[in-house]
Amino acid sequence: MFKRLTPTEGAPVDVEVDGERVTARAGESVAAALLNAGRVPLRHTPISGAPRAPVCMMGVCFECLVEIDGMPNVQACMVPVRRGMRIRTQHETRRVEVDDAR
Amino acid sequence: MSMADEADVIVIGGGIVGASLAYGLARRGRSVCLLDEGDDAFRAARGNFGLVWVQGKGAGTPQYARWTLRSAAAWPAFASELTAETGIDLELSQPGGFHLCLSDAELAGRQVLLSGLRDSLDVDYPFELLDHSATARLCPHIGRDVVGASFGQLDGHVSPLRLLRALLQALSQRGGRLATGQKVTAIAHRAGAFDVTTESGRFGAARVVLAAGLGNRELAPMVGLEAPVVPNRGEILVSERLQPFLHHPTAHVRQTGEGGVQLGDSKEDVGYDDRTARAELARIASRAVRMFPLLGRVNVVRAWGALRVMTADGLPIYEASTSHPGAFVVTCHSGITLAAVHADALAQWLGGGTQPAEIAPFLAARLEHVQATHSH
Repeated sequence: MFKRLTPTEGAPVDVEVDGERVTARAGESVAAALLNAGRVPLRHTPISGAPRAPVCMMGVCFECLVEIDGMPNVQACMVPVRRGMRIRTQHETRRVEVDDAR
Repeated sequence: MSMADEADVIVIGGGIVGASLAYGLARRGRSVCLLDEGDDAFRAARGNFGLVWVQGKGAGTPQYARWTLRSAAAWPAFASELTAETGIDLELSQPGGFHLCLSDAELAGRQVLLSGLRDSLDVDYPFELLDHSATARLCPHIGRDVVGASFGQLDGHVSPLRLLRALLQALSQRGGRLATGQKVTAIAHRAGAFDVTTESGRFGAARVVLAAGLGNRELAPMVGLEAPVVPNRGEILVSERLQPFLHHPTAHVRQTGEGGVQLGDSKEDVGYDDRTARAELARIASRAVRMFPLLGRVNVVRAWGALRVMTADGLPIYEASTSHPGAFVVTCHSGITLAAVHADALAQWLGGGTQPAEIAPFLAARLEHVQATHSH
């Protein structure tokens, strides 16, 4: 659905998405990397369970929330990819007391 | 200017207090017009923490404790009725609530306060004082700094925003009218009727009820009453939505029906300033994290300030005008807790019925020589 306008720009950066390796490009956001890899929806909403994907790509809409390196509900469009980053798409409401046991 | 619109009762103030009274009057068959100022007004009803709270209220004033108890007891039926009328779930839960204490002195203070209250009442006043481990059995996830808690078995919480929406919808379904953008500029009393002028219209009724929060201060003298109310700021933070982990409300932290955790609150004497202050938010957040350490890793998504409507002794004013028969002033700072009794016994009085016995002391004249205490 999405393709990069400048496919060779930026060095390859490997990140982990839901346990699988995804190759992103240095300088792009987590949201851009997920869209390029076809990893949509990024989450399901806590109340109605509706699927969500990035809308604004500039930090305003809060639709692109994902878990990054163990921190849930981070705006994927506002965080650049980093080698080895662990990203999880979110499909249920955060369970904070389970985090306690980690 | 349009011709005066006629109703049995005009209620001025479209917050929780005004909407509770308007709904209560409409369900007694009165035609009601509810005048709401607008979004530039100070809106305590939109900033509320949402407790239906009994423990600690009415120390030294047993009538206020009894009035509060009466409303808390009426809440389940009140909420069921509103839900049946509107289909809106108010997220009411009254499983008992904790006042968590972070020092032995605070816990000892709760003992003095609550046993004094119980001794002043001739009705059941169920509460328990719990040490850390007894608190943790009922309320897991508390931090080591929590030395204990008072647990009030009648306490609960509700969604204040859903309550407001349900009251306004139920009012409309019962034929009541909500007129928005109506800042009242004058109230005239002629030939036994009231003529209320706003910036954009005129409204007429045989009775008028002032329930405009801080706005009552200026409105009350128009009908021969006084409402010496002052603002007191409270700030609240709310977290991202979490799966339920906290099944009881506490005085400072509660998890809402949709999963967000509200952290409150502050009591600040800063005049008509409803902004947030970073130092105060930090103090609220760090206290909440001491109470529930797992909150330290939770994202806060929003914070706000709102102004309580306070009298010098913290108690309500319920008063009928003698110079302008048919005019009333109603103000309190516990519009959520008291909503059930406002929609019932108080609305009945405002509609021409007998005055509830509990509220007889709550006249403005008592406040002339009271030093501000901001007590609950």
